[in-house]
Amino acid sequence: MSEMEHLIELVGVDKVFGQTSVLNNINFFIRRNEFLTLLGPSGCGKTTTLRIIGGFDYPTRGDLIFEGKSILKLPPHKRKVNTVFQKYALFPNMNVMENIAFGLRIKKVSQSAIDAKVSSMLKLVNLSGYGKRHITSLSGGQQQRVAIARALVNEPQVLLLDEPLGALDLKLRKEMQIELKNMQRELGITFIYVTHDQEEALTMSDTIAVMNAGEIQQIGKPEDIYNEPKNAFVANFIGESNILEGTMLRDCCVAFAGKKFDCVDKGFNRNEAVDVVIRPEDIAIVPPSEANLTGLVKNVTFKGVHYEMLIEGEDYLWKVHSTVMSPSSSIVGMSIAPDLIHVMRKKSSSSSGYACYIYSEEPEMLQANSQLNAVCAE
Amino acid sequence: MSAPYLFWALLFIVIPIALVIYYSLCTEVDGRMLFSWENYKRAFEPIYIRVMWRSVLLALISTLACILAGYPVAYIMASKEYSSKNLLLFLFLVPMWMNFLLRTYSWLTILEKNGLINTLLAFLGLPKLNILYSDKAVVLGMVYNFLPFMILPIYSVLKKMDQSLIEAAQDLGADSKTVFLRLILPMSMPGVISGITMVFMPAVTTFIISDLLGGAQFMLIGNLIEQQFLKVNNWNFGSALSVILMFLIIASVSIFSMVDKNNDEGALF
Repeated sequence: MSEMEHLIELVGVDKVFGQTSVLNNINFFIRRNEFLTLLGPSGCGKTTTLRIIGGFDYPTRGDLIFEGKSILKLPPHKRKVNTVFQKYALFPNMNVMENIAFGLRIKKVSQSAIDAKVSSMLKLVNLSGYGKRHITSLSGGQQQRVAIARALVNEPQVLLLDEPLGALDLKLRKEMQIELKNMQRELGITFIYVTHDQEEALTMSDTIAVMNAGEIQQIGKPEDIYNEPKNAFVANFIGESNILEGTMLRDCCVAFAGKKFDCVDKGFNRNEAVDVVIRPEDIAIVPPSEANLTGLVKNVTFKGVHYEMLIEGEDYLWKVHSTVMSPSSSIVGMSIAPDLIHVMRKKSSSSSGYACYIYSEEPEMLQANSQLNAVCAE
Repeated sequence: MSAPYLFWALLFIVIPIALVIYYSLCTEVDGRMLFSWENYKRAFEPIYIRVMWRSVLLALISTLACILAGYPVAYIMASKEYSSKNLLLFLFLVPMWMNFLLRTYSWLTILEKNGLINTLLAFLGLPKLNILYSDKAVVLGMVYNFLPFMILPIYSVLKKMDQSLIEAAQDLGADSKTVFLRLILPMSMPGVISGITMVFMPAVTTFIISDLLGGAQFMLIGNLIEQQFLKVNNWNFGSALSVILMFLIIASVSIFSMVDKNNDEGALF
């Protein structure tokens, strides 16, 4: 991977506001034409990271590299990036056309070129004929598209988007997700996208950086983040999860919920305490006689594609997604394939802050595990 | 629902104005009031037109001076970086709590022949300045007294301005000059218009400032009206002048508002 491929790079970026540390040693890079999403709960520092790239906040420590050169000293109006702001920040004293033309006029582009670019941009965002409209007469979705057009018309190398779809209703949001992704592909622009919506991140991104409490928890492809979460925070934030305390008995054998299970994880210490993550859709409902785990169905909710069932096991309330419904108050068996059991180290190096994350503590479990035989039964 | 309001409006607005208009349309002949246009005809004689023109001109000059002096102050106070803005705001408000007459009198002692400024100039070996009892002194008095009325509305509009709009403009390549000219200035116009109205109205009607700082022979429309009511005791002519002044103000304020018709939030009219 050559240096040139790293369009933007953040190196050891810290940000402190007063007494509060907002970002702590942020390191990542963005390749040309990549769609990178900064994903995390509110207050995790993702917007601050974006504002540092845009030039609106200055890091306390660290450096920001653009095409191999530090651009920390460059004011926002000299950076080759454009931003779509969270609340759009459209200029209320100008109409749609003037808003979009703002950046071009500053660059002293000729009037005929401005007209051509603005109208092709209006076409791109499906707002042809809206040029003379007043900003206040537009709906949220239309304003959002004007904001995107206003940024894109300048042909930036990088487009920064700060929760641009946050104010839209679900249906429009889904449409805009696809439109944005298509635009990014067609125009070949690098997108850095900030959201707290994990589904949005999974749908649109080439790469996701999951953030929490001012630190990056994991960076990777959406599939990898979903399938191989690095720690319990990521597992819990991306999709729904059953997270249990467990003990790694030896390679490929883990104990949790009072039972031993085959798994595919290796390289742990003998009897190391671990977090075990199992996705609700990875649990198969089987007859109780055939299963390692059994439980009582407490609650069934229809979710459209599947049923969500809460199943009370011995000392854990399992969340299970299944297309087949098991009636409430029935006893069912649960089976989990070895490769769907995700074992995570308790204290991974980059997960010191679990501030937003609470999981159930089961101290008795650990004692039970330690008494188990160090050989998996099956 | 609107009955108390109507009563209030009748008592404090309609009746007084009706009385003024009634007086202005009458002349007193042998102790009896007779309808006549005489007062209005007289008001449009050249000597009075000149007084009105002078009043409007001085008020306009003062308003312009207030914009030029007040806008930067409001801008500095509203800027995020400026930390002692509360102190500055306080300093601008303190004189307003003092008696208007007293404040204006104090300028007399500052400007007079052996006053503060001339003592200072003499000390430095510079020629004396004689601006007391002239247009300059009257304009100075108006600017000094009405400046806070310009600063406050501009300050409140600038303070409310969404910071992200400024960031968006910077993001699109605007340097600070462009941000100011294309965004901040047009968006603060409602405040400027309010300020203009709030300064122009008292400036065009004042008679105390012109009386004290302009000297006894100095005549603005306010002085003329005061003279008709209190010295000449011709309430009819004084009322006619008041009505004309009222229309003058309504006309100028509507012109200001028309300039601002696209951006009417925050304006006074």
